[in-house]
Amino acid sequence: MATFTLPKNSTVGEGRTYSAPAGSKNVKSFKIYRWDPDGGANPRTDTYEIDLDQCGPMVLDALIKIKNEVDTTLTFRRSCREGICGSCAMNIDGLNTLACLKPIDEVKGDVRISPLPHMPVVKDLVPDLSQIYAQLRSVEPWLKADTPPPPDGERLQSKEERAKLDGLWECILCFCCSTACPSYWWNGDRYLGPAVLLQAYRWISDSRDEATGERLDALEDPFKLYRCHTIMNCTRTCPKGLNPAQAIGEIKKLMVERQG
Amino acid sequence: MSKITDAREAVMVGRRSDGTLVRRPLSPHLQAYDMMQMTSALSITHRITGTLWSIGLVFLVWWLVAAASGEASFNGAQWFFGSFFGVVGLMGLTAVAWYHTLAGVRHLYWDSGRGFDLPTTYLTGRAVLIGTAALTALTWLIMLITWI
Repeated sequence: MATFTLPKNSTVGEGRTYSAPAGSKNVKSFKIYRWDPDGGANPRTDTYEIDLDQCGPMVLDALIKIKNEVDTTLTFRRSCREGICGSCAMNIDGLNTLACLKPIDEVKGDVRISPLPHMPVVKDLVPDLSQIYAQLRSVEPWLKADTPPPPDGERLQSKEERAKLDGLWECILCFCCSTACPSYWWNGDRYLGPAVLLQAYRWISDSRDEATGERLDALEDPFKLYRCHTIMNCTRTCPKGLNPAQAIGEIKKLMVERQG
Repeated sequence: MSKITDAREAVMVGRRSDGTLVRRPLSPHLQAYDMMQMTSALSITHRITGTLWSIGLVFLVWWLVAAASGEASFNGAQWFFGSFFGVVGLMGLTAVAWYHTLAGVRHLYWDSGRGFDLPTTYLTGRAVLIGTAALTALTWLIMLITWI
């Protein structure tokens, strides 16, 4: 159901301000969403003034600097710091992206940071992704084939068959796209969302997979697939430059084509 | 306990450090997201114009019913559509109709599997906006020339 306002327990109040150390010349404010399950209070926005002359170039560098030097209670996910693990996905300056790939100087004015939108918050910038992982599991994102592989080696693909997977296999499952999709916000309990549908299409278009029919059958549903209204927020926000909207469009085309 | 209508309710409950249950907040969505970007802004406009056009059709039905009911009621309807608010309303409805039509064509283009890359998406989006302005102006120019 579409609810445009936040529930009562989720409205965000003003929080503390942590001033930059005296003598800082190149100061930028980071306004960061905070929520602590132990506090019992509503979420709040804390402001951290950071001297950019003493900080790395990316938003993740600033977050790590804050956690190390200013406020150790700030909680966020991070791992590879080079855009391949998908852990530090969050909403920065109004768009979802990876904090490690987002240069601070691309943001005009204060840097507003909040968790991936319309998700349950575990703590601060950490959303609960169990629902979306369950949806990923539901499309069975692995190779399904009844024919055994050739006894002397792997299942081979032609260069053309392999090329069909380009733009699909690169997805790192950061879920920036799904949580950027208004349709997923309102119908995420039944609509699978762009990230999961891109994974579904990755296996549908794999020449070695023999379950294309079953996979399409499973997606033939008013909600799972057809809640995509080609809003295009997914493609607009993907930090890896992939095109989930196109993958969903291709699935819709296959649905029509197989009706003959 | 209220009935659970949304499967996501299950993950809205978390635990505090001492093990007691706590209701998790929902992260900001419309409140945080940049909804003025071309992609979602044009999409919601498509829906709004679709709704407005449907409401506009009620006025068309009123006009037809008035025409079928006799001179007095038709004159009433004509007076309304000729009044300042009537003309402004009709101009608005023309823009709404053109926008919804052009954006509809854009959706058909997408449905054929084309135009999904971002540069093309932005190009067709701008074309819809410029086309709406141009065709609305053209429609009214032709109408005003025919009337006067």
